[in-house]
Amino acid sequence: MSADWIEKKVLLHAPRARVWRALSDSAEFGTWFGVKFDGPFQAGANMHGVIVPTPVNEEVARAQKPYEGKAFEITIDRMEPERLFSFRWHPYAMEPGVDYSKEPATLVVFTLEEADGGILLTVSESGFDRIPLERRAKAFTANEQGWGMQVKLIEAYLVRTP
Amino acid sequence: MSARRSSKAAAEAARSASLFAALGDTARLRLVFRLCDGGPLSITKLTEGSKVTRQAVTKHLRVMENAGLVRSTWQGRESVWQLELQRLKDARRYLDLISKQWDEALDRLRAFVED
Repeated sequence: MSADWIEKKVLLHAPRARVWRALSDSAEFGTWFGVKFDGPFQAGANMHGVIVPTPVNEEVARAQKPYEGKAFEITIDRMEPERLFSFRWHPYAMEPGVDYSKEPATLVVFTLEEADGGILLTVSESGFDRIPLERRAKAFTANEQGWGMQVKLIEAYLVRTP
Repeated sequence: MSARRSSKAAAEAARSASLFAALGDTARLRLVFRLCDGGPLSITKLTEGSKVTRQAVTKHLRVMENAGLVRSTWQGRESVWQLELQRLKDARRYLDLISKQWDEALDRLRAFVED
């Protein structure tokens, strides 16, 4: 992994249309991600939402609970049906009273590829080099404890749900 | 990492230095590796055996110094450079956190679409 770029790949045992809907439909995206948006996704649209605990996993939902109702904003970049979905956002935009709208955003890109047994989904996040260092320092000190707990929850979740 | 240390780091960063930008250059990464292996080193030592000029090395070191990645101290008549390891770890940890956030989100997506 390079210094300013994150990439993840996951094989999803589901049809392409199903995966695309889970990404491109704002209500479906919100369900697994844990956010409620104010309307449908459209390329170029500024989407306003609030954090809601995900119904997909109750342990993760408990971890999200303290953030419930917090504003969550993304700007849709591209929507290429069943192939590519991308948006910009401010990672760790969690500090109360801070206006993140003037800060540089990172770009998140989902791409769907055919694979044995399903769809290979790649998600990448780039643009960390433009985020002020001060913000990053704050982000990880503020979230250190919270994330430590989250990671434990995920590990427990993965053991139970292979 | 102590809270005092990170608030100091935050204050340094008010100069809007960019850590990742500072690392996003092959010549600078090479200097980081040199300093990892044999730091602290003088500019003379850092320039030895490389095609890069002394001026270029100095410029790269200044960029990294502004990002808090390296610092220099005077040793006799010349300054020597060394890595600020804590800052490198900070950079690593920031991406690790976001990376874990994605692992978690993708697990939920998988549960959601495979249901």
